[in-house]
Amino acid sequence: MTFAAQALQPGFLASTAMIAAIVVSSTTGEVLTAAAMKSIGDLDDIRAQFGMRGAIRAVVTCPLFFAGVSFLALSFFSLLFALNHMDLSLVAPASASLTLVTNAIAAKLFLHENVDHRRWTAAVLVCVGVYFLAH
Amino acid sequence: MVEHRLSPRQYAILGSVALCAPLGDTFLSRGMTQLGPISLAHPGSLIAAVFTPWIALGIALLIGFFASYLTALSWADLTFVLPATAFGNVIVALLSRFWLHEPISLQRWAGIALITVGVGFVANGPSLTERPAEIPLDKVLEQEQAQ
Repeated sequence: MTFAAQALQPGFLASTAMIAAIVVSSTTGEVLTAAAMKSIGDLDDIRAQFGMRGAIRAVVTCPLFFAGVSFLALSFFSLLFALNHMDLSLVAPASASLTLVTNAIAAKLFLHENVDHRRWTAAVLVCVGVYFLAH
Repeated sequence: MVEHRLSPRQYAILGSVALCAPLGDTFLSRGMTQLGPISLAHPGSLIAAVFTPWIALGIALLIGFFASYLTALSWADLTFVLPATAFGNVIVALLSRFWLHEPISLQRWAGIALITVGVGFVANGPSLTERPAEIPLDKVLEQEQAQ
């Protein structure tokens, strides 16, 4: 990396804020999408009863689904923005692995999922594993 | 608590969640690298890129991923489905090692081991949190909002 490129790297606070923006928008999107799909019901059953069109209609007429997809889109654009300012080798693993843990916390708080010891352990193991694999 | 056992069809959907996302990303990356640099001054070339074989296949796989992901979320917990998504990275890393003969560093092997153990932990447990049948999730959320 050249001196000029190093000088352009954002500081610790700015980097943290950019990664936090990705993690928060992605977690909000995942939780809203999961809540939307639970409120719609088993898609396999809906498709068996009303066909593929019925299943697609059930999904695209759910407002929660659009809220979820909007946040997922926001997280995609925050990722693009961060990639414009920081290295891929830091942004991708950091945001992917942190999102796993924040999702487990958000799923317990907002979706009331039974996140037991088994799932906490898995979230932490997969979080570290994704970081190692992607870094 | 009743253990939620998945049907073979549901395992197939989780498999497609795990495989389609990393494969789709890989195909997109391969297609875009083949095309060379695209300038924002010529947005037409970006639209033309969508119709090249690797990129079209990558987009089809990512649509397949999103459809399977939504289906899986309709009958399983978010904390059950997400590790399956991460497991796809392990499959792709192993494919690149044994099929494309790319070297894998010790750190990446450690990552593969950790994800595999983590997914094993979740896969052994119930796929869905038990809820009283008369209170669906949307009602629970409404009650939360009202408080």
